[in-house]
Amino acid sequence: MAQITTEPNSAELAEGGLSPRQGRRWLRLLMQDKKAVVSLIILLMLIISAIFAPLISPYDPTSMAFDMLQSPSLEHLLGTDDLGRDLFSRIVHGARISLFVGVSTVAISLILGVTLGLLAGYYGGWLDNLIMRYIDLQWAFPNFIIAVYLVAIFGTGLENVIIAVSLAFLDDFARIARSMVLFLKEEEYVIAARSLGASDARVLIWHVLPNALAPIIVQATVSISYAILAEAGLSFLGLGVKASTPTWGLILSDARTFISRAWWLGVFPGFAIMLTVLGINFLGDTLRDILDVRETGEVSKR
Amino acid sequence: MTVYILRRSFYALVVMWAVATLVFFMLRAVPGDPLQAMLFDVGDPQAVEQLRRKLGLDQPIYVQYFLWFGRLFQGDLGNSIYGSRIEVSRIIAEAFPRTISLATLSFFVALILAVPAGLISAVRKNSPLDHGFTFVAFLGLSMPDFWLAILLIIVFAVNLQWLPAIGYAPLSQGFWPWLSHLILPSIAIGTAFSAILARMIRSAMLEVLKSDFIQVARSKGLLERQVILKHAFRNALIPVITVIGIAFALLMAGAVIVENVFAIKGLGRVLIQGILNRDYPVVQGAILVVSAIFIFSNLLVDVLYAMIDPRIELEK
Repeated sequence: MAQITTEPNSAELAEGGLSPRQGRRWLRLLMQDKKAVVSLIILLMLIISAIFAPLISPYDPTSMAFDMLQSPSLEHLLGTDDLGRDLFSRIVHGARISLFVGVSTVAISLILGVTLGLLAGYYGGWLDNLIMRYIDLQWAFPNFIIAVYLVAIFGTGLENVIIAVSLAFLDDFARIARSMVLFLKEEEYVIAARSLGASDARVLIWHVLPNALAPIIVQATVSISYAILAEAGLSFLGLGVKASTPTWGLILSDARTFISRAWWLGVFPGFAIMLTVLGINFLGDTLRDILDVRETGEVSKR
Repeated sequence: MTVYILRRSFYALVVMWAVATLVFFMLRAVPGDPLQAMLFDVGDPQAVEQLRRKLGLDQPIYVQYFLWFGRLFQGDLGNSIYGSRIEVSRIIAEAFPRTISLATLSFFVALILAVPAGLISAVRKNSPLDHGFTFVAFLGLSMPDFWLAILLIIVFAVNLQWLPAIGYAPLSQGFWPWLSHLILPSIAIGTAFSAILARMIRSAMLEVLKSDFIQVARSKGLLERQVILKHAFRNALIPVITVIGIAFALLMAGAVIVENVFAIKGLGRVLIQGILNRDYPVVQGAILVVSAIFIFSNLLVDVLYAMIDPRIELEK
């Protein structure tokens, strides 16, 4: 399953972490890649709709009107739903929840997973055993299934979905962080830092982590797209946010009832999800090339 | 080899036990008494107390654990807390063949889409056709399966009316009724996997086409078609076998969502309905069976792979 190889060669490591000069070099490389430009345009659109949703959307996404199930027109760009709510406004507002859940879950997941992986790899022994047995257990299942299991345990609702998705994705980060530590632990500069009396925390945060960042960044990008898909899926199944909140998954779920009369309800929200995921995947691809992170499995599990 | 299989099977059993134990304790550690949820409409504290004793819930948790495990070994997963309190094992026995039918058919859909696309992409590398397939594969991977399911329903069930929109017909009602209900859900589930598979076949083929024996086959004067299909494709299939494990994970995860779109009462729908109804025995049973399928298929893939490539050893 999804695995990013985590044994960079020393030449790559010598270049080191993320200096501002390299940042500019990467930005230049990013702009040369057509796929990257497309992805940046998509993501920019998405971020702008999320931030300025109330300004962009022509109607209140929750206000009902008597124009029920209207097909797309100049008045309602993407039509209206069964309660007369404007679909375009709802999709624009939906970007907020999708982006918020995608980014926040991956942030939590990254912090937890990387911490667990660093501890396991650095200290080894029983701690490594304990952490990795759990990570292996979770690894045996697709992330989405783990998220469903956790929602089954914690209950439904937006907060629980965020907790569930965060926990469901941490195994990817833990495995990457652990194998990076195992590799970097033997590097001379780490050994040097240790022999100079640097504390474990200092070694891990200042010497190991910066050099492990590239594969973690690539994984985080990929994970955001899968986290957005997972949130949409859970909302679609009715396990996520409460009804009336405009999220892409929920709009699609409601659309099923009116599928024979209102095709637009079934088409546009899903298109928004696909475009978002496509944009993030393109970005992930570009980052992988630029940061020179090799992949073994090629495949990410959902 | 035998030792490896035994060790790997033992490991699978340990994982299964760990999952069962985790599920047991976590479902009980979460705030909210399942009994209260069960009896929310009764509102009689005495009745709650009675039922608690009857179900053994007044016992210490470790005693409950052993009792539960004992029943589990007899195939007793408890009863649904709703309606006629039907046995969970019966619900699952009915759902199981539906999910398996769906997963198998999805796998074939993925093969039908992926093999030609992967082969053509490799043979006509960097042609417009290759770029086209690459783009479609990217779309397939980015498309949520439940959205694809809705699109398929709109086109083939609502507009063209070729296939039924929802439901399931068992094989005993005839082959076509069974198949017609499963075609759309299988395409919805299989598409994402076919995208991955096509990419894998393409890169495996490109790798093989570079090797010496292909040059030999060509220099013998064999037709290009024979070289591609007989020599290259067969060898390219070996690395592709590794993705079968991923296939199962993807197809099962897909089934959990897509069954709910098409109202097919398979394991995924049983699980989700159980969660929505807070029907704990059903949720627990469904999680155990879905997990068992994953663990067993992982085991199967590992053993198969060890048979193909004897150098592989148990890492963990």
